[in-house]
Amino acid sequence: MAKYLLLKHYRRSAGPANLPEADIPMDEWSEQEISAHMRYMNDFADRLRERGEYVGGDALAPEGAFVRYDGEGRPPVTDGPFAETKDLIAGWMIIDVDSQERAYEAAAELSAAPGKGGAPIHEWLEVRPLLGWSAPGTE
Amino acid sequence: MTRVADAADDRTLEPLLKEHGPRVLAVLVRRGADFAAAEDAVQEALIEALGRWPDRMPRDPFAWLVTVAWRKYLDAHRSQTARHRREQAELDEPPPGPTEQSDDTLRLLFLCCHPALTSSSAVALTLRAVGGLTTRQVAEAYLVPEATMAQRISRAKRTVAAEGLSGPGDLGRVLRVLYLIFNEGYGGEVDLAAEAILLTRELVAQAPEPEVAGLLALMLLHHARRASRFAGDGGLVTLAEQDRGRWDTDLISEGIGILQDALARDRLGEFQVQAAIAALHADAPTADETDWVQIVEWYDELTVLTDSPVVALNRAVAVGEADGPQAGLRALADVPPVPRRTAAEAHLRERAGEATIAAELYVVAAREATNVAERDHLTRQAARLRGVASDQSAGVDQRAASGQGAVDPDLT
Repeated sequence: MAKYLLLKHYRRSAGPANLPEADIPMDEWSEQEISAHMRYMNDFADRLRERGEYVGGDALAPEGAFVRYDGEGRPPVTDGPFAETKDLIAGWMIIDVDSQERAYEAAAELSAAPGKGGAPIHEWLEVRPLLGWSAPGTE
Repeated sequence: MTRVADAADDRTLEPLLKEHGPRVLAVLVRRGADFAAAEDAVQEALIEALGRWPDRMPRDPFAWLVTVAWRKYLDAHRSQTARHRREQAELDEPPPGPTEQSDDTLRLLFLCCHPALTSSSAVALTLRAVGGLTTRQVAEAYLVPEATMAQRISRAKRTVAAEGLSGPGDLGRVLRVLYLIFNEGYGGEVDLAAEAILLTRELVAQAPEPEVAGLLALMLLHHARRASRFAGDGGLVTLAEQDRGRWDTDLISEGIGILQDALARDRLGEFQVQAAIAALHADAPTADETDWVQIVEWYDELTVLTDSPVVALNRAVAVGEADGPQAGLRALADVPPVPRRTAAEAHLRERAGEATIAAELYVVAAREATNVAERDHLTRQAARLRGVASDQSAGVDQRAASGQGAVDPDLT
């Protein structure tokens, strides 16, 4: 059993090449198309729950800030938000599955969420294994 | 987990469940009860016990629970007569005869480790139904939400109920599931390694196969070294560097005794061989006195029993210790890419005096690590070889400074 993070980028300018279906931004979809998309994602999460594979997930606000330490006694330095985020992360989900194969299968299922015209958007999902904390009980 | 059980305070139920739950469940299942329904009935009986026992403790709590759980099972069952009419006659008259508790628990283990289940489902169900842990405890141990674990367990129960158990159970599968539990180590408030040892001890009493004893010996021999495997900061300490004074000698002698009895029966299996290798490590007063030649011989035996590339990897590391790093590297050349292969090569290169290459390989190996403890350990190895100076010289990591290779040759 291993945990994987699925990152939903709605990738446009970074990562592997896009398919045209994935490239129509959501604000150009109809209300029904947006609802159908959201419903698909909720149903997807429910299916994972039923299988005992769902660990957690959230949607993220599109914009945030960069923050860093600026020395003892000083307030944190912030930067951003940046208008053209190359690598927008729209949401994340963590699943606990039996194999990498199953993690990919789940990601592909999420990527098939309907978009413009009800066709699968084929978006790229980034799949990253989580590192366990401790070494196994044997050496 | 039933709704009724959810309503009760899970924590007050835990000790009771732990003590009696699995054995009562085992009796119901042996009497022919459907797995999921039987577990519901046991839960309800335990909840009733919580309410009644404080006023009047039964003379034989176990027998009381079996009676109440069986009655609850029949009640629930009768309410579905249409579906189950066929089985009714048999169920109303459970097979007579004394309760063979050991057979019951063995049968329950076979069910929980049913071949139709994925290993993670088998692990969860075994801990829940045989180990007597609550769903919350299992969920915490595997760092998933309780609702997710509840789904995983009820799904597993449905699979088992649908598939049934035809023919003898798969003992090898049970052993692999127990070893998986052992390997997980600590999980929340539950010590999974200790839990796995308990379950394997029970199994040894019921299935006197040499391989079951071999698995128990292997677990005990690994467990004996546990306290010495991690530094104060949680960092890994390799076998060669462990403080052997902290090894648990009682566990070691128990493990060796069990192993010797098993080996004497002359039916060798993978777990016995792995235990033999662990025993040779445990026997060496210092790392330098390890009998690597004999360890290589055991790895040769293991290669005959399984053509696993992981075994080939460990064998190559052992060859490196027995016959020198060049021989180890030659053995490693035939090993396909498997986890920790790069770390093994780094270790062998370092011993062959190729520090620069070794450092580069440690960096790669750290990137390939699947857990934080190993990754940090390998990163420190690379830093040590590169002689990276610390800006705070007082903080130089002594362990890393005297460090040996990253791969424990006892890796199995």
